[in-house]
Amino acid sequence: MRFKKTRRGIEASPDEVETTVLRSCATDLLVLLGGEPEASDDPLEALLGMPGGEAVRPEDPALVRLLPDAYGDDDPAASADFRRYTEGDLRAGKRAGCTVVLATLPATAGLVRLDREQALAWLGCLNDLRLVLGTRLGVEDDGDAGELDPDDPRTPSLQVYGWLGWLQESLLGCLDPRG
Amino acid sequence: MTAPAEVDLPAVDDDVVEDRPWVAIVWNDPVNLMSYVTFVLMELFGYSKAKATRLMLDVHHKGRAVVSVGTREQMELDVARLHAKGLWATLQQD
Repeated sequence: MRFKKTRRGIEASPDEVETTVLRSCATDLLVLLGGEPEASDDPLEALLGMPGGEAVRPEDPALVRLLPDAYGDDDPAASADFRRYTEGDLRAGKRAGCTVVLATLPATAGLVRLDREQALAWLGCLNDLRLVLGTRLGVEDDGDAGELDPDDPRTPSLQVYGWLGWLQESLLGCLDPRG
Repeated sequence: MTAPAEVDLPAVDDDVVEDRPWVAIVWNDPVNLMSYVTFVLMELFGYSKAKATRLMLDVHHKGRAVVSVGTREQMELDVARLHAKGLWATLQQD
């Protein structure tokens, strides 16, 4: 499976295994990103769609990588404030990417055909999936996905990680950043 | 001759917010593809391929690069857009 630009859009033809892997990854990411936060108790804040309570920095390193602090370590208060106002939208945007991937995947093997907007959603979602996998696997440099030890329990996941990168690269080759 | 009128000078306070601009910084991470970082910088900021590539290489080799300069509010917006794309970004006063 690789993405190709055609007259009908950007297309790829995943086989059954590839479809299953992508569906499973995107579904897991959707769960990781969680549901809607509860609305604030403050009427004005609730009206503005702001979440209630304190926005807490996630403890899961993979989630921290998806939802990072906006200020350096020397200003945790500013980061917490920023998080409170923006994290809901950030999560929603990433969930929307997963939703596009799931909606455009065939039931089993078949055709993925994307317009530009859908392709950008795929691009971001593939990147988020690699960020989660890379963080969980402790990937520290580009070579980590290169030579794999068949006895290493991380090997199947590293193979998926490497494949997702290859897929993302093929999609990048079909897209012009200027639209 | 008249004595000069007493003027209330504004209090000088070292903590007064300075005019230094704010910057958005992208940090190196081992996961993001170099081609993807370049793509995002072109897409979000309208940079040429040459400029986006130079910034991406700065991130890769020096560990960080300033990708945008402006007011605090503008940089908060840029950092939010970079986070939406999965880049690791922070803002700070220059």
